[in-house]
Amino acid sequence: MSAQLTAQDYSLDGSKRPLAALYSRNARAVIARGLLATRSSNWLVMVSGFFEPVLYLVSMGVGLGALVGTVEGPDGRAISYAAYIAPALLAVSAMNGAVYDSTWNVFFKMNFAKLYQGMLYTSLGPLDVAIGEIFLALLRGAMYATGFTAVMALMGLITSPVALLMIPASVVIAFGFASFGMGITSFMKTFQQMEWVNFVMLPMFLFSATFYPLSVYPQGIQWFIQALPLWHGVELLRQISIASFTPATVIHLSYFLVMIAVGMLLTTLRLRKLFLR
Amino acid sequence: MPTLPAGPPVISAQQLSKHYGDFKAVDGISFEVPAGESFGLLGPNGAGKSTTMRMIGGVSQRTSGQLTIMGLDPEEHGPEVRAHLGVVPQQDNLDEELKVRDNLLVYGRYFGLPMSYLKPKADELLEFAQLTDKASAKVDALSGGMKRRLTIARSLINEPKILLLDEPTTGLDPQARHILWDRLFRLKESGVTLILTTHYMDEAEQLCDRLVVVDKGQIMAEGSPAQLIRDHSTREVLELRFGSERNTTVAADLQGIGDRLEPLPDRVLIYTHDGEAALEEVTARGLRPITSLVRRSSLEDVFLRLTGRSLVD
Repeated sequence: MSAQLTAQDYSLDGSKRPLAALYSRNARAVIARGLLATRSSNWLVMVSGFFEPVLYLVSMGVGLGALVGTVEGPDGRAISYAAYIAPALLAVSAMNGAVYDSTWNVFFKMNFAKLYQGMLYTSLGPLDVAIGEIFLALLRGAMYATGFTAVMALMGLITSPVALLMIPASVVIAFGFASFGMGITSFMKTFQQMEWVNFVMLPMFLFSATFYPLSVYPQGIQWFIQALPLWHGVELLRQISIASFTPATVIHLSYFLVMIAVGMLLTTLRLRKLFLR
Repeated sequence: MPTLPAGPPVISAQQLSKHYGDFKAVDGISFEVPAGESFGLLGPNGAGKSTTMRMIGGVSQRTSGQLTIMGLDPEEHGPEVRAHLGVVPQQDNLDEELKVRDNLLVYGRYFGLPMSYLKPKADELLEFAQLTDKASAKVDALSGGMKRRLTIARSLINEPKILLLDEPTTGLDPQARHILWDRLFRLKESGVTLILTTHYMDEAEQLCDRLVVVDKGQIMAEGSPAQLIRDHSTREVLELRFGSERNTTVAADLQGIGDRLEPLPDRVLIYTHDGEAALEEVTARGLRPITSLVRRSSLEDVFLRLTGRSLVD
């Protein structure tokens, strides 16, 4: 098959490139694999992920909204309850998808499907795998966000073209959660520990001013909620949805930019612990 | 054995160790493998063979010691080292979500190889693995033996210079084993360096120029199969079975026959340079074994001698 090898073939010069031990600049191969696998087997799972926030919007927004009527929007004007919670549900969906993909999915593929073991025995480094997986998670998140925004438009909840910026904004939110989630997964060894992820996510979903304004809480709890990432995501998308921007918009966005930077740093530092045990 | 002109060793391990907490999976092993050699790690399950393989691939971090592959530390240059490695892990880790042919193509893409190279290469390897008619089947529809062959085909997609084979023929039927051995032999002839773990002594004897016997993370002996047998065993072995009740009790009556006596639960082994003569003496002492067999010493005997245990337990 191959030509006769000689002793010269067995000598390598080491690259001096930074991160050469962890990264081979080939994350696209991981992405291509993910797209191929999605096309051939798990597209059904993808569809179900799209419907979850839509079902919440219909039941809470339309059903509960009939009781609530209108509420005060971010700019002080009255908006329908459905229009109030829709951006929040989009932020929650971005968080859930990103966290699922970067924690449970990574944990399963690492320890049970053994997919990463196969990948890591090639020229791929752990950073290629991490970047590829995060990109796939964000691509999926962008598709969901586009679908959900379309549903909002069909329900008459979008009044300004600026609201389309919710799509890239929810990708930024997803990036923040995904980069952090993968770093956290590197500390997990058992399924029991993975359950802690859900234990943190569910209350964050319910209490981050998702279904009612922050002002119902006493001051101390307000501060606590405001320290959590989901609240910033909810507020960011809520402001974009009615094109009402304040200096707080910059703070919300910056919160996620910092989260992405810290999350990627954590993930990169933990790559050996995550993938090379 | 045709070996390449002497150069620096392709693989060099010095006092290599890997500890998981208090457990010493690999405990200070040293060896060197020259280019083109077929090198074996022989030992029972849990001896540290797979862990050593994982460190060579740079996918497991060593606790201490030195390791270079083609002059590079796999921990510092993992992707570059692995570009020239083919790996057959102990357990098949095929991509169950992809079809058979896509498994080869996608794996080749992980090496950054172009599709123009990969498409004909994948077809050639499917042919080699006798899986051409399964090209568009799902992986989970394959039998165990087919999966093993696909894993081996996959390891050759990048035309590796070093092939790491971790228990390559476990689960294969005898015919498939011989086909694989033949294929590996041809790779070796083209100058590919083979690193092989096995607990099958016949496999080690067939394929390895040189091997180390590993037990509990340490190297017990090193040499060619023939040399190990010469150094640690006798030329022939007489195997006697007296029935499971009597094998150990009869041992006292056999004292003095041959060079050494090894009573096992199911049989008694007598190590000697002349098995037939030993058998005559057994009969002369009035002992009547149910079955008797004279055979050449094998690596199994070497291992038994060195560790006091069988390879397959």
